[in-house]
Amino acid sequence: MGIPALEGHSALETQALRKRKHARERKALFYGLLFTSPAILGFLIFTLGPMIASFYLSLTDYNVFKSNTTFIGFDNYAKLFSGEDDLFYQSLGTTFYFVVLRVPAVIIISFFMALLLNMNVKGRSVFRTIIYLPSIVPAVASSMIWLWLLNPDLGLVNSVLQKLHLPTSNWLFGESSVIPSIVLTSLWGIGGTVIIFLAGLSGIPKQYYEAIDVDGGNWFHKLRHITIPMVTPTIFFNTIMTIIGSFQVFSEAYILTQGGPNNKSLFFVFYLWRTAFRDTEMGYASALAWVLFIIILIFTVIIFKTSKSWVHYEGDKA
Amino acid sequence: MRESRLKLAAGYVALLIISVMFIVPFVWLLRSSVMDLSQIFIMPPEWLPRPFHFDNFKNAMTVVPFGAFFKNTLIIVVSVLLGTVVSSTVAAFGFSRIRWKGRDMVFAILMSAMMLPGAVTLIPSFLGWKTLGFYDTFYPLIVPAYFGGGIFNIFLLRQFYLTIPQDFDEAAFVDGANYFQIYWRILLPLSRSAVIVVALFTFLGSWNDFMGPLIYLKSDSRFTLALGLQMFQGSYTAQWDLLMAASAAVVLPCVVVFLVGQRYFLEGITLTGLKG
Repeated sequence: MGIPALEGHSALETQALRKRKHARERKALFYGLLFTSPAILGFLIFTLGPMIASFYLSLTDYNVFKSNTTFIGFDNYAKLFSGEDDLFYQSLGTTFYFVVLRVPAVIIISFFMALLLNMNVKGRSVFRTIIYLPSIVPAVASSMIWLWLLNPDLGLVNSVLQKLHLPTSNWLFGESSVIPSIVLTSLWGIGGTVIIFLAGLSGIPKQYYEAIDVDGGNWFHKLRHITIPMVTPTIFFNTIMTIIGSFQVFSEAYILTQGGPNNKSLFFVFYLWRTAFRDTEMGYASALAWVLFIIILIFTVIIFKTSKSWVHYEGDKA
Repeated sequence: MRESRLKLAAGYVALLIISVMFIVPFVWLLRSSVMDLSQIFIMPPEWLPRPFHFDNFKNAMTVVPFGAFFKNTLIIVVSVLLGTVVSSTVAAFGFSRIRWKGRDMVFAILMSAMMLPGAVTLIPSFLGWKTLGFYDTFYPLIVPAYFGGGIFNIFLLRQFYLTIPQDFDEAAFVDGANYFQIYWRILLPLSRSAVIVVALFTFLGSWNDFMGPLIYLKSDSRFTLALGLQMFQGSYTAQWDLLMAASAAVVLPCVVVFLVGQRYFLEGITLTGLKG
């Protein structure tokens, strides 16, 4: 009913007003939906629809070269976890190893590179450009370069190591060195993460550091008590993005090693692609995709839950 | 005072070392792309080509039809670029400048889709396109760009639109403008830098895409540069001079685009990272 008496409207006027408001809302709803309809349709056609279809497929034995498809319930999932499929565990292990190695490396190294770039050195923008540039290189091309640089016999890296009388490596061709090597090559594309850290660092008010100076603290105190706590939101963002990206690495895996040697770099998405498009086991591959989704979801939820204890937002105290 | 100067010097040296490490792969690529095959493998490596072999580029082109690949890539990239810019700016307008019932909930649902790994939708999308008869065409690579242009781009533009005062729209309304005019005459011109950011990232994403063409394209004649380069690597492993020339040709457009739009790139990354 509202409070028409207070505003001095008669019942008739209120009704007219409400009607007009109603018409305006209807018009806004119409245009709002009109402008967003391509995006909403896109979501339905290219995300929600395929998502439902993918889940359904994962409950079937769909194979491109088999004439009839049967609904088999959760058999695909049962097969995955029964230990029958060695390659599933292999690819899971490989991917976890990669994530565990890569995520801390990316976060720590890019944080320190951002600290360096945040100093008042001459030519900062040139350094920033140089560090960012490799991250725009197409995966195919960067893989070509690294395939050669890391070639055990003809590559630059081993040649330099030899000259320095350091041990050389088989890099991408060694069973134990292949994953660390891929992590290494991926560090070349760290630039985007560095720039985000740099943005986080430049947002820290100078007065905080001056306060430490007054108290007689050194650079370590500043790092420990101001810089790190103040960039925890950025660390949080970068960690989530790096984890999600690392779990889904494909192009590099495909081009650099094709899963070799001896399946030691059989990444999860590469295995999924191979199952779906080479072996044409699309029902089974869909189950793999859902396992990946659940794993990424679990990791993201864990990081979100723990973030309350280590991520500090300004004005959080209230 | 002295301590800070020392610190500055140490930082400078560290930055120089890092920069050299980041630049060496580029230099390696460039020097090899114009080197003779006999000079390329000399150990310890030589850095200056004697003489410069610019016909590596020409030879790479004749071994593999890179001209056709380039054209294919260009068709896809330009179409995707157009679709993304139109579609994401329109959607971002609807999600930020028009107040409608259920807007924020719809946006939240769309945003949550960003969490979904591409692998989940990959197989049904492939089967869908194939059933419709569009396997081995450019459509699967282009059409999705016209339906929203990626939620991440919508998110980025929406963040930007929200910083523009709503008064502008209201003033225009009073003057008799409709939503389309507000979008076209006010929002688009005011958000030019954000649109450039979206366009640049879309260009790179489409130019660098490997998995999409790998899955949807079959005929060599329809291959993109990324796919062609990979095919080249598979069949001409020993010809590193040509391989490097081809790689350089794929990389250089990206580098040029980056150097030209550098300011926007850094702005864009900062924007996405901060508001993430």
